[in-house]
Amino acid sequence: MHRVKVRVVEDALDANNTIARANRDDFDRHGVTVVNLMSAPGSGKTTLLEKVLGPGIPGVRTAVLEGDVQGSLDADRLAKHHIDVVQLNTDNGFGGECHLDANMVRSALPALPLADIDLLIVENVGNLVCPAEFLMGEDARIMVASVAEGEDKPLKYPLMFRACELVIVNKIDLLEHVDFDMDRFLYHLDAVHPGVAHLQVSARTGEGVEEVRDWLARLPERAGAPA
Amino acid sequence: MSSAVVDTAVRHAGGRPVAIVSVRIGHLRQVVPDSLLFYFGIVSRDTVCEGAKLEIEVVPAVLSCDDCNTEWTAEAAAFRCPSCTGGAITVVSGEELEVESIELEVQDACIA
Repeated sequence: MHRVKVRVVEDALDANNTIARANRDDFDRHGVTVVNLMSAPGSGKTTLLEKVLGPGIPGVRTAVLEGDVQGSLDADRLAKHHIDVVQLNTDNGFGGECHLDANMVRSALPALPLADIDLLIVENVGNLVCPAEFLMGEDARIMVASVAEGEDKPLKYPLMFRACELVIVNKIDLLEHVDFDMDRFLYHLDAVHPGVAHLQVSARTGEGVEEVRDWLARLPERAGAPA
Repeated sequence: MSSAVVDTAVRHAGGRPVAIVSVRIGHLRQVVPDSLLFYFGIVSRDTVCEGAKLEIEVVPAVLSCDDCNTEWTAEAAAFRCPSCTGGAITVVSGEELEVESIELEVQDACIA
């Protein structure tokens, strides 16, 4: 026996990125704009979707792909608001994957009404690390950070805060109850992602929800604009 | 992430047993080397990478300012230029997540 060294020099996520491009082609063919919605567990992604999509976005037909390790609690919540939702569980993988990847999203495509929608929101598994690494063929990424998580999170999870086009600071109704300095949070955010768009929202009270709806409504024209 | 590394190595191994997998991980990736090592050992079971050694090279984060061309190595997550405070930054290195090479165990050719 002897050893032979083989040069590979390949991005370990090449296989994922290839599938993500195939997804993107399918989404483009149907004229569907796709948002990857990411956050830590419990930041309020599902409540935000209930409030934003429950009344609907005028002129934008929307569906949600709901990613969870197990169960359909979130999908059931959205369905109660007559939001078109497809559940995707990740527990077939090793111990339950902590993120969605391009292949999982691809497996859900046949269940999605792509021909009948303009906007697909993919609610990722709650996690501030891995989801930022795996593209799925999306046009834009939104990150939700709640004030209960603390103002230091951009510094602790810079990749997540850099990998998005919009940061939603949620649960601002709790500001008077928690030690969260909004100016410091925005200062840290600016340090890791200079100039990124952000909105201050309370999904619970509805404050700022209209701005999120507007951002989403304008996304198809921005995403469709030539790069 | 470990699965992605194993899958890439397996694809290039052509069915031959792998002794070493060398990866380059950028400082800006949220990959913890110890975790990568631990899960590599688990997800490589029953593949040609089972028992292989994973060698990890961490690549420093080198950033460059688009406005004043200052180049610096970033230790912390600070993406504004230390010279002119500009926010238009190019990442020169530090985003790698690359399988650099693999070492294969190859049977010696029988001459007899």
